[in-house]
Amino acid sequence: MAEPKISIRGLRKAFGSKVVLDGVDLDIDEGASLVVIGGSGSGKSVLLKCVLGLIHPDAGEIIIDGVDILKLSEFERMRRTRQIGMLFQAGALFDSLKVWENVSFRLLYGETGSARNARKKAVDCLAQVGLSADVANLSPAELSGGMQKRVGLARAIAADPSILFFDEPTTGLDPITADVINTLIIDRVRALGATAISITHDMASARKIADEVAMIYEGKIIWRGSPESMMNSGNDYVDQFVNGRAEGPIKMSIRRA
Amino acid sequence: MNIFGAVGRASLAVIREIGRISIFALRSGFSWVVGPFYWRAFFNALLKIGFNTLPVIGLTAIFTGAALALNIYDGSMRFNAETFLPQILSVSIVRELGPVLAALMLSGRSSSAMAAELGSMRVTDQIDAMSTLAVDPYKYLVAPRIIATTIMTPVLVLVADIIGVYGGYLVAVYLLDFSGPIYIRNIAEFLENRDVISGLIKAGVFGFLLSTMGCYYGFTSKGGAQGVGAATRSAVVASAVLILASNYIMTSFFVEF
Repeated sequence: MAEPKISIRGLRKAFGSKVVLDGVDLDIDEGASLVVIGGSGSGKSVLLKCVLGLIHPDAGEIIIDGVDILKLSEFERMRRTRQIGMLFQAGALFDSLKVWENVSFRLLYGETGSARNARKKAVDCLAQVGLSADVANLSPAELSGGMQKRVGLARAIAADPSILFFDEPTTGLDPITADVINTLIIDRVRALGATAISITHDMASARKIADEVAMIYEGKIIWRGSPESMMNSGNDYVDQFVNGRAEGPIKMSIRRA
Repeated sequence: MNIFGAVGRASLAVIREIGRISIFALRSGFSWVVGPFYWRAFFNALLKIGFNTLPVIGLTAIFTGAALALNIYDGSMRFNAETFLPQILSVSIVRELGPVLAALMLSGRSSSAMAAELGSMRVTDQIDAMSTLAVDPYKYLVAPRIIATTIMTPVLVLVADIIGVYGGYLVAVYLLDFSGPIYIRNIAEFLENRDVISGLIKAGVFGFLLSTMGCYYGFTSKGGAQGVGAATRSAVVASAVLILASNYIMTSFFVEF
């Protein structure tokens, strides 16, 4: 079997005295879609931000394509993490720019980009997420939450990334829009042949987009399995989480990660 | 409670902050050593800081000049020196009040705006999103603002100098019965290059300081709306204090020459 696309070993990160990641080990095979579930404050977002190089972990290894990116210089690491596209939780669209400038931001301003055909490329990407060309000239603030998510997705896929991260892609959306976004995610990840990591606490979304599910609790991966086995995992923590019960071994964390 | 410990901790915190701000400024400055250069962001910053602040700078200068003329006239009349009004007024404005007041107005207007803008971008993940799109936020967001402000503040101060002296002219000629041509000639004969140039050098330093503070506090803000508010306040307070303190240091340096 080929080596995993992303391999995380013993990843640790603490903010002050609060340990957020406490030795995370995770492998994702090329082309697989992994969904990480876990409560608020369990360190899901921090995990993704560590891989993106936005947060520097205290210890551990993050191996992408066989290279530990934490051992590289900042410049080298940035060059390698550029193959990652990220859909942020609230979209994180640049509100000073128009929709099409958001989508082709990387082409317009990125170090390897070319500004030529940027607008045409943006309209192509918008079409891939089901948005028509008249959206291109709007500003992000004029869009609904679901539309903003779509634009965020279009922006994330615009550079044909080989890895895609989704940070709570369906949070704050109505069930129908959430399903549309889920479908788009599956569709785009397959079309790109990308490796995907999504973090969510939306079980419907997890079941739909996952090839495999991992649960993170108190900074560790405590369970891994297929989406089908998630509902009857035999693990008390997973059971409590997927069934959304207040009673159980999981106690709510008070401070956010 | 150990008083040495408390003083030591506070001093270390201040030194750490100075170190962080210096690294921030250097990191931003060096980002513009190699291309691609974001000229559009740079010209936008020039326009915002240079052109859009003209009304507020002009109003500050004209009222300051006018009030100064009344004060100088009233004060110098006590020892029959009121004929020196144009000289005293022009040297006060060009060397001291023009640069300091313009910079303070800019710290209220531009430094706060930078902190608020970058702060909201930070808390809505827009800055992180920019990194994932292969665009260095120091280069795209911070450096253009700092460079543009450092260039434009002297230009604005030059305008403020002229308007301030003109404010004094209006009061002197229309209220205090000075002769207009003599007012102008006295100033022209009296002012030396170094008066004006020292003021402009001060202005450049002020511009650098106030924009660095605005960008630093905005860039590093955290914690939602309250965090952005705190960043804005810190930016204005820090830049005002730094402007006044560095003004004294530079003045003591300039009077030696």
